[in-house]
Formats: sequence, C-alpha cells, structure tokens
Amino acid sequence: MIHLRHRLPKGDFVLDVDVEVPDTGITGIFGESGSGKTTLLRCIAGLEGDDGLPVHKRNVGYVFQEPGLFPHLTVRGNIEFGERRAATRRVESTSVVDMLGLGNLLDRRPNTLSGGEAQRVAIAAALLRSPDLVLMDEPLASLDRRRKDELLPYFDRLHDELSVPVIYVSHDIEEVSRLCDHLVLLEGGKVAASGDLVDVLSRVDVPVLSGRNAGVVLWANPVDQEDGLTRFDFGEGDIWAPGEFEAGGSPLRLRIAASDVSIAREMPAATTILNILRATIEEVHPVDAATALVRLGVGNQSLLARVTNRSVQRLELRPGERVFAQVKSVTVRH
Amino acid sequence: MNLYGPLWLSAQLAFVTTIILVIVGAPVAWWLARTSSQAKPAVQAVVAMPIVLPPTVLGFYLLILLGPNGAVGSWWVQITGSALTFSFTGLVIASCIYSLPFAVQPMQNAFESLPKSYLERAWTLGASRLDAFFSVAVPLSARGFVSGIVLSFAHTLGEFGVVLMVGGNIPGETRVVSIAIYDHVETLNYAAAHRMSLVLVAFAFIVLATMFVINRRWSER
Repeated sequence: MIHLRHRLPKGDFVLDVDVEVPDTGITGIFGESGSGKTTLLRCIAGLEGDDGLPVHKRNVGYVFQEPGLFPHLTVRGNIEFGERRAATRRVESTSVVDMLGLGNLLDRRPNTLSGGEAQRVAIAAALLRSPDLVLMDEPLASLDRRRKDELLPYFDRLHDELSVPVIYVSHDIEEVSRLCDHLVLLEGGKVAASGDLVDVLSRVDVPVLSGRNAGVVLWANPVDQEDGLTRFDFGEGDIWAPGEFEAGGSPLRLRIAASDVSIAREMPAATTILNILRATIEEVHPVDAATALVRLGVGNQSLLARVTNRSVQRLELRPGERVFAQVKSVTVRH
Repeated sequence: MNLYGPLWLSAQLAFVTTIILVIVGAPVAWWLARTSSQAKPAVQAVVAMPIVLPPTVLGFYLLILLGPNGAVGSWWVQITGSALTFSFTGLVIASCIYSLPFAVQPMQNAFESLPKSYLERAWTLGASRLDAFFSVAVPLSARGFVSGIVLSFAHTLGEFGVVLMVGGNIPGETRVVSIAIYDHVETLNYAAAHRMSLVLVAFAFIVLATMFVINRRWSER
C-alpha cells in the first residue's frame, strides 16, 4: 500500500488527506474542480507543501494536464531527459516507445506534434524516468473529443502492461470508470470515500457521485454475439451491449449510468429496452427534493438507478423488495 | 599599430567584460526574475543605475573606490603590489559595473517569460534546480543571452567617460578606441579618427543586424 498523508492550508481552503492506496494498478482521484485533486498530486510530487525532500529526489513521474514538452529538444531528447537522470533504469526505452506508438515521431520537434501526440511523448518521458509512482493530472483534459478517443486506447495499454502504480486525477467519471481500479473521492480537500472502484461507484451516500456522475461499473463475461450486439451473462438476466466482443477472454468492464436505469414492479412487455434484469432493492437514498438513488443487487453485483421520489412512493420501493431493472444504455471498455 | 592597437585593446576589454558579465549576470538575472523578496526593487535599481548615471559620475566614484587609497584599490595593492586604477584590470572591473544592466536586463526578461511549468517538469523528470537551470532555463532563454552578450559587448566597446576617469590614456594598457578617437580629434588628425570611427560604425551595424536576423529566425520557429 502507498500511504498518502498531506496537509496544506491555502487561504480558506485546506487540503487534509490521509489515505492508503494500492501499490498496483491505477488509482483514480475524482472530485469537482476546487476539491483539491491537483493540489494533492502536487504535494505528492513535492511541487507544493514543504516536507523537505526536493522534487528531483522523489522518483515520481508526473504527467501534467498540458504536455509542456521542452521546445528546444526533439521528441527523442524529451523522452531521454528523464531516462538520463533515472537513478536506476528499470524501464526499457524501446518498449515504451513501442507501447505509446512514438517510433515515427522521435526526430520531430514538439511544435510539430498534435496535442495527443505531445501528451504521449510526455507520458513516455515520465515512464522512462523509471519512477516508483506515476502521477497523472487530467492528461486528457486539454484535448478535444477526437484526440481523447485517439489517446484512450494507449491508456488502456498502459493499464494492462504497466507494473508501476499510477495515480490518475480526473473530473470525468467516464474516464475514471474506464481506466481506474481503485478510487479516492475528494470533497473540499478531504477524502469522502476510497476503495475498490466498483465498490465506491455503487455507493449512494456520497454527494459528488449523486448527480450526473452516478453510475456503476460491472465486470461481465461476453457470451455470444448477435445483430451487432454482444450478450453478457449476469446470472439473473442478460445485458446486451453494442459492439462485438469475443467470448472466453477475461471479464470486461461495463459502465452503466444511474440515469439509464429505471425500475418496474412487473416484467415489462413490448419495450424497446433489451436489458431487463431481476434485481433486489438494497438501499434507497434521497438525493434532493425530487429524486433518489436506488441501489439494486443483480447477482452479486450492484446497479444504481436514478428515480423520482414520487415513483419511490407510488411503487413502494423499499430495501429487500424484488423488482425489474431496465437498463437503457451500456458502455463497454474495449 | 597606432590604428589597430586601441581597437584591439577595446575588443579585448569588451570580450573579457562580456564573459564575466554573462557568468555574474545570469545568476543575478535569475534571482531577479524569480524572487518575491522585498529587496528586489532595490537590487533592480542598483543594477539599472549605470544606465542613467553620467559616466563621469560613475567613473569618479570608481576612481575613488579602485584607487590605491580606496576600499577595493588598497586591498588590491596589498595582494598584487600594483594599483587598479590606470590598469587593464581596473578597466575590466569598471566596464563590468558600467555594462551590467545591458547584460542583466535581457537575461532577466527572458527568464521572466519562461513558464514555470517547464522547470516543474524538469524537476519531476529528475533534474535538480541547478541541472534544470542549465538544461532547460538557459537554452530556452537563448535569445536573452544573445541580446545580453551583444549589448554588453557593444556597450563596453563604446564606453568613454568611465574609461577616461579610471583608466586614463596609457597606450597598450588603457588607451581604448574611444579615447584614441578623441585624441585624434584633439590633435586634428581627422583621417585617423575617421578610420577608427568607421570601423566602429560598421561593427555596430553588422552586430545589431545579425542579432535582429537571429531574433527573427527564432520567433518564426
């Protein structure tokens, strides 16, 4: 485990974090702007706060929101910058260049790169420092939708192939759901929740996850394909998701937003919604005057549904009741 | 010899002065660009003073300071046995002070326009403060260095008042080109004065034009 303990007063804002995160995989730090995410990352790197150890001795790789490549160096010079200064070289330069698809860019100047290419170079530079921990501060936030989609597969590869732990700051719940294994929620400089991604996302009592960010991640095995859809088995029903995914591989992540889940007392008939699952109500949590979040048990996993308080009353939704969950839309990480 | 001696001496003086000013001026410029200290305006004023002070005033105080009875001069006599005033070394010291703002200000401007994020990235990639200064700040501020070098060289080449006060007019030691030109004019040897002056005019034009061409290349990059 990595123990993060940082306290930093900044005017009337106080960052006060004391949390343990795993030393493998990607840990997401999620929160609204102003919740202290970046400040926490900068404290870990030693760029803010003062606990004695200078930045360059921390052996931490940092990927900033803006790539910030050194304009006087080529791509090669940029990625070798950290490698030359690494205390011990544990990362193979060719494998990183290969993983991030930089082979054709090595002799280019930073000002000739697109935003996504530059960010890939910045990531390679941070990795070749052979860090004990990689910090990423919203590395996709400065990119437009298209560039983001271009870059995301590289992050999937990083996630699958990298052995160094990553702390990934984001305010985009979709990104976090896709990339992270573990999640720390920050609210007003303090840790609101932390734990396994799936567990944290299925909580109904954390304000930052109650609005449009509410939704779960499920692990599921593809079973077969039909009509351009893939069927995932959930024990008590199937989920059909767009796209073709091979059966027999490792389980895939499905992201289901709470606003895409509705609840019915009886098995709905003649509906356009394909995914109808038998579920047990586990918790009903009012969010505001009009709406509530309902956590539903499906097999041994959980779904969240956003419903109105009016429906909660009319359908008498209470913990323990058996209902049908209708899932309108599912995103699969590919 | 009579013609090229003073020119050569001026070139030597400007060369030595410029090297010293880059080495001494860069840390001063770096500190000025990055400090939030209360002392910054005072230091800035001291550095800039040679721009507004009449060279004779500066030269007068330097003469007192560097003279055999002055604070620095007497110490120098004790160590080396010779006086600083009316010597090449004395001229170098005086020129460094006289041209200091012309070296410091362009470097300071360049350092100030350098985004801090480059330094932070260099630190997180394992560079110490000193390492980041040389491997990132200096190359990215090359324009400031070029301007600082050109301006202090050219400015030292043209100084007159300070040299006259501190160095006098000793051939081969302190008789720099501006003094020599003045001498030639005094003795109505206009031809010699012309030759030396034309060399300086041509030099100034070539150096400045080159600098502006380099600057334009850089800003296009």
